[in-house]
Amino acid sequence: MSDAAADLVVARAEGLYCPAGDFYLDPWRPVERAVITHGHGDHARLGHAHYLAAEPSLPVLRARLPGIDLSTLPYGERVVHRGVEVSFHPAGHVLGSAQVRIAHRGRVWVVSGDYYVAGERDDPREYNATCTPFEPVRCDCFITESTFGLPVYRWAPQATVFAAIDAWWRENAQAGRASVLYAYSLGKAQRVLQALDPSIGPIVAHGAVEGVNRAYRSAGVALPATCNVAEIADRSRLSQALVIAPPSAQRSPWLRRFGEASDAFASGWMLVRGHRRRRGVDRGFVLSDHADWPGLLRAIAATGASRVIVTHGFEAEMVRHLAELGYEAGTFTTEFGDRDDEEAEVPADVAS
Amino acid sequence: MRRFARLFAELDATTATQAKVAALRQYFTEAPAADAAWAVYFLAGGKPRRGVPSALLAAAAGARAGVAPWLVQASYAAVGDLAETLALILPPPSRTSDLGLAQWIEMRLLPLRDVDAATQVERIQGWWDELDGPERFLLNKLIGGAFRVGVSKLLVQRALAQAAGVDATRIAGRMMGYTDGRALPTAARYAALVDAQDVSTEPQGGEPYPFFLAHPLDPAPETLADRLGAPGDWQVEWKYDGIRAQVVKRDGAVHVWSRGEELVTDRFPEVASLAAPLPDGTVLDGEIVAWRDGTLAPFALLQQRIGRKSLTRRILDDAPATFLAYDLLQASGQDLRDEPLHARRARLEALAATQPRLALSPLLTAPDWEAFATLRAEARARGVEGLMLKARGSRYGAGRRKQADLAGGTWWKWKIDPYGVDAVLIYAQAGHGRRASLYTDYTFAVWSRPPRDADEARAVVDAIARRATPGPDDLQLVPFAKAYSGLTDEEIAAVDRVVRRTTAERFGPVRSLVPSLVFELGFEGISRSGRHRSGIAVRFPRILRRRPDKPLHEADTLATLEALLGRAAPLDPAADADAAIRATGAGRGRAPP
Repeated sequence: MSDAAADLVVARAEGLYCPAGDFYLDPWRPVERAVITHGHGDHARLGHAHYLAAEPSLPVLRARLPGIDLSTLPYGERVVHRGVEVSFHPAGHVLGSAQVRIAHRGRVWVVSGDYYVAGERDDPREYNATCTPFEPVRCDCFITESTFGLPVYRWAPQATVFAAIDAWWRENAQAGRASVLYAYSLGKAQRVLQALDPSIGPIVAHGAVEGVNRAYRSAGVALPATCNVAEIADRSRLSQALVIAPPSAQRSPWLRRFGEASDAFASGWMLVRGHRRRRGVDRGFVLSDHADWPGLLRAIAATGASRVIVTHGFEAEMVRHLAELGYEAGTFTTEFGDRDDEEAEVPADVAS
Repeated sequence: MRRFARLFAELDATTATQAKVAALRQYFTEAPAADAAWAVYFLAGGKPRRGVPSALLAAAAGARAGVAPWLVQASYAAVGDLAETLALILPPPSRTSDLGLAQWIEMRLLPLRDVDAATQVERIQGWWDELDGPERFLLNKLIGGAFRVGVSKLLVQRALAQAAGVDATRIAGRMMGYTDGRALPTAARYAALVDAQDVSTEPQGGEPYPFFLAHPLDPAPETLADRLGAPGDWQVEWKYDGIRAQVVKRDGAVHVWSRGEELVTDRFPEVASLAAPLPDGTVLDGEIVAWRDGTLAPFALLQQRIGRKSLTRRILDDAPATFLAYDLLQASGQDLRDEPLHARRARLEALAATQPRLALSPLLTAPDWEAFATLRAEARARGVEGLMLKARGSRYGAGRRKQADLAGGTWWKWKIDPYGVDAVLIYAQAGHGRRASLYTDYTFAVWSRPPRDADEARAVVDAIARRATPGPDDLQLVPFAKAYSGLTDEEIAAVDRVVRRTTAERFGPVRSLVPSLVFELGFEGISRSGRHRSGIAVRFPRILRRRPDKPLHEADTLATLEALLGRAAPLDPAADADAAIRATGAGRGRAPP
């Protein structure tokens, strides 16, 4: 039953709110207690009094939100607050990303934040190698994102995408031009980095990316060696380099030193021709840290939930489709980014 | 098909002219002539008659993919391109094939017209199952008749010229009429197009010459003398608001070609009739204009003639047209295009002296550029778009070449400044193509009457935010124009953010907004319309600039538009020009009978 008074999570002006536990989930306005699903800027913001997050997100949150009052819990471990049981479960999106399970008086809700799971079947080859894969959590009500909630969005096997990136880099290196790849500094950049073939040439990381790289490496994620542009003494080596930079660096003076480079953008949006052309890069690589359409539907089904609440993305379309499949479906309006192509604010300490 | 799909993807992926020409050249070098013949046809804008409605195509793809029709439409709204949407929702292919482009078109796509809808669906679903994503996308474009790619005809001609070792202007001449649909592209036609042995450049049969196009001129009048020299070196005419056309008389037959290289002889029987007495071997360049009661009429009348399957007596009476000649490209079978313009004009006038029904575009004279600027300022009242300035020594080039390429001088169009109105953005819709899922298609409104003050305007905005329905006498924002162009990518992104933030309601792909933005709109013409809520239709509306400085209540009103309507009444430019010409004794114009 969806008796509104009994809902474990509701939408408030400050953010998603659990009335029984008196805490917020990824709130966008300052609150007393914030439970954080992951470190992206539209979910983890400064200004709350107390933060609770999954333990693996610690290095990322420390780097992005220095000085916050942060407590953490290992994945799967439960804490009880005002009679409400809270636990974190892997979401597969970026390092430390979590779904939040909320249990109260026998009912279970899950707030998924952003999550990544690809394809119609569970296939370990499609896991995000930089973080713990998505784990379905049984619940009565599942709150899901819908960034790519349309049937046009289906990801190709990631091995073919990584091979295409290497091939593009190799071809540029042979032609004597640098390869500039734009990727979100938290998550996408590291997912690309761990898959690159470092024998092709040096890898230069933009300061905003390298700051996150440090956090990933400290958590034990194996990334290839990266260097600062200033560390390459031999300028001719730059023409062999793969440069990984946040999208906000496009057309910035920082890029001029690489000369006549080929550029590319790694994002799920690159699946659509209009987005590719608008981005104005030479190549678009379709690589997303969000679930594709079959992935969303599979993840939802795996929860066993009868009720689904859809947030940020194609909410109206997802709700109608889920209703046709027999779910009780509705939406929450949130201030989470539904475009996925605008880099969240880069903290000053890691930008350069 | 695979090769052409690869070419399409390469052309689509780059904005660099060099890279495009290189990709085209490589294609033309490698492809079999029969395939290349069709490739040229599609790249140059040819469109076979469409055999399958896009709704049927969408339904077939939805059924194949197991996606509900509404979800196909919702996906289309997000992707902004139906052919691409369908290619993306279809399940992966189960087999492969590599049939050539010509075989695809001739053996598969063209015969689609002759079978019933169920058979069409069955065949297309089978084809989808043997093509990869880019090939499916291309197939959908070809079936849906929406094939378009970002290359100009000039680039195609340049690539063909490079691949074949033939001069590009010769290729351009041979390509005239290639896409008009009268004859299918064949290996033999392609071979003739790129034949390096054949040195004749004369068009065959009813074919026109490539049109010579003018460059826009946007100077301060006081700098004209510096830029153009003495007015006496220029042939000056009105710039008509009509359809640029060549009239070809050869082998006893008249052919009328629009600038889009479309054969429009059947559309304009009065033009064909007035050209019938011309001697064989004559090609005229000029303008088809709406013409009623011995004077220019608004372009809107001509639009009634375009796109009609059959012309009734009534349409001919309601929307009469004529042809004003301004250049003679061929006379007695002789190509005059390398003659200077003044010599061509002299021969044109000599020809007109023997052709009582042939009207010429009158020449305008004035002592200096300031006087021409004054004439130009009268253009709107005369129902024309401005002035054409043609160097008297200019030869007749091909296309829109850079001035530096032209030995004898160039042609300029010196258009009047558009009307400008400050309007309020009230609806936004996501765009297509590279603007897909960005809100780029805008509807603008003016106030029904001047708001008393900022507070009254604010009350209307608040009512919209509350979704309250205004009373009939209340102050309102009345939509009057849609505009898609005029903003930079950065400005579009900024407006997109405002649209998302200020959405009042969503109707499918359209969002109604709580008004907050004022823009200056420009448009070329304005007329009364029973089909628009404002009672007014504007021509070529576009965004001139954002007006962040302008508060909502200072946007323009219906009365502003009414006032513009009053000014727009067309007079008779030909008669006035005649007077000017008689007074100076230069040139000659004659009104059609």
